[in-house]
Amino acid sequence: MAFNYDQYLRLEKMPTLWCWGCGDGVILKAVIRAIEACGWEQNDVCVVSGIGCSGRFSSYVDFNTVHTTHGRTVAFATGIKLMHPDKHVICVAGDGDALAIGGNHTIHACRRNIDINFIVINNFIYGLTNSQTSPTTPQGMWTVSQKSGNIDPTFDACNLAIASGASFVGRETMLDPKKLEKVLVKGFKHRGFSFFDVMSNCHINLGRKNKMASAMENLEWIDSITTSLKKWEALSDEEKMNKFPTGVLKHDENAKEYCDMYKEVQAFHQGKRKTITQNDFAKKI
Amino acid sequence: MELREIISTGNDLAAEAAVDAGCMFFGGYPITPSSEVMHTISDLLPAVGGVCIQMEDEIAGVACAIGAGMAGHRTMTATSGPGISLKAENLGLAQMAEVPLVVVNVMRGGPSTGLPTRVSQGDVRQAKNPSHGDYRSITLCAGNLAECYTETVRAFNLADRFMQPVFVLLDETIGHMHGKAMIPTVEAVQAGIVPRQQFTGAPEDYRPYGVEGDEAAVLNPMFQGYRYHFTGLHHDAKGFPTEEIETCRKLIQRLEDKVMMHTDELELNEEFMCDDLEENDVLIIAYGSVSLAAKESIRHLRAAGIKAGLFRPITLWPSPAERIKYFTDKVKNVLCVELNIRQYTEEVERVSSRLDIHGLYKVNGRAISPYEIVNKVKEII
Repeated sequence: MAFNYDQYLRLEKMPTLWCWGCGDGVILKAVIRAIEACGWEQNDVCVVSGIGCSGRFSSYVDFNTVHTTHGRTVAFATGIKLMHPDKHVICVAGDGDALAIGGNHTIHACRRNIDINFIVINNFIYGLTNSQTSPTTPQGMWTVSQKSGNIDPTFDACNLAIASGASFVGRETMLDPKKLEKVLVKGFKHRGFSFFDVMSNCHINLGRKNKMASAMENLEWIDSITTSLKKWEALSDEEKMNKFPTGVLKHDENAKEYCDMYKEVQAFHQGKRKTITQNDFAKKI
Repeated sequence: MELREIISTGNDLAAEAAVDAGCMFFGGYPITPSSEVMHTISDLLPAVGGVCIQMEDEIAGVACAIGAGMAGHRTMTATSGPGISLKAENLGLAQMAEVPLVVVNVMRGGPSTGLPTRVSQGDVRQAKNPSHGDYRSITLCAGNLAECYTETVRAFNLADRFMQPVFVLLDETIGHMHGKAMIPTVEAVQAGIVPRQQFTGAPEDYRPYGVEGDEAAVLNPMFQGYRYHFTGLHHDAKGFPTEEIETCRKLIQRLEDKVMMHTDELELNEEFMCDDLEENDVLIIAYGSVSLAAKESIRHLRAAGIKAGLFRPITLWPSPAERIKYFTDKVKNVLCVELNIRQYTEEVERVSSRLDIHGLYKVNGRAISPYEIVNKVKEII
């Protein structure tokens, strides 16, 4: 039986403002399927988005929804989650939102390992504002702010998340929605900070000036720069440089979650336990 | 109201007032001279099941506080001028999405890094419009230790009444002042709590922003079956983005009118030795810690045969226009005393339509002494 999305959509807001062929809709559907697979009630889910094309994500889905300022999704979400540790909070942000203007919040949310699901829709460009360089735009590609070709080195979003302490890190592309859904479900069920780098196309504002003017050409390029983690590990160092591994890149089920740790802080101030010391943590430094 | 005696500091009293008023969340970032608010509330909130978090920057501090407010809880942040500058964009979102929030600003010297450990009142103009666009800021200003407590309590009730951020301005002097004060009992504070309105009908009939032209939004707590949308974009009755011309106009006009048509609920002033003032006497206008020096100067002036009184706005914005006009119409010699250059004097000039208002301004990070005010008064009369 085909999946019925209607229950989860704000149908009166359709059609979306996303361009024809945009991957955002595919990702939105995968997120909805993953939420249902987790068995979460709509009332128990909060979706927080930032600014840009992905910012509109929250207005299309029928949950408790928040459209925040540019780059601040996870900071707003932190307040919501800390007050409601038993509810499910999902952030959706673009590559510019999550890695440039909001980079600091991304780093520290990963570090705290708070149980928030953070989906970066990575289309390698500032799409809504018409083709400016983003932290993931490959060097040498044309952007409207670097018409000579981009000289800025690019970010590997997952490496950043791993280095910052996120306990679940996954990467998928919108090319394989089933695989994407599977990784989302795994991350959603994980108690801790779950970071997803979801690669998507922007054939309009990245592709047209970079020889991939159709969605298909843009997606073929994404396909050419990604490979499964297993295959990636077998590559030479030189080959690894130009491929992104996909799948679950990190899953640490033992890392302490921030809301759980804050309960210990509350217990201390309520006279129910002694101070928290280094002995409470496996990692001492 | 039943009072109790305490010995404390202004910053500590702001933190205690918040928790007594039902605040359950604090998001902040260290900054002099306001950090003690976070130090104290980080002990108080977890003890009552609330949360205090030190975030990675000022922007995140206010963002997570607004997030908790969106979820339905009483929430606060505290900072100083540079922090307000950083928080400004998100304060605009809270104005636009009508999220209640209390912001304590313990003022220090500016602009920029300025004089971090010294006193000033340089953020009065900033408090009026920290973020871009049209909205009406509500700004309260504590003039003594007890008011660090009572004005913070009042700020929480006003934030829920008007559904928007409310500023409490302290300054370095009053924030770090340590002494005795008489403040309301916790029971009295709790009895006076006016929680935000809630819609109790069917979810399909819920219109969080579909209120009358002078009313505040009715925002139900999250996760209770009323699934709506927060946005900083112009939005319709259900909170969804729109560019429909009339809806956009009405929304921004309502943000103006919900405050300006109800200023009677906001206004609070102290009139100290003003009852007997006549045309040729002296009216001093001052607020915050400066008013303590002003009161002392008035005692000296009166002992020397110069009749002077103090008008002290406690709600700075919106300004008490009618009351200022009443006194400035009546008294010839008006002196504004501020730890900035003309920031409130310009408002007094505006509402009084007088351009002969005298000023005593000090911007070197030091407090004004009563004698400086006495000397200035003698100079202008």
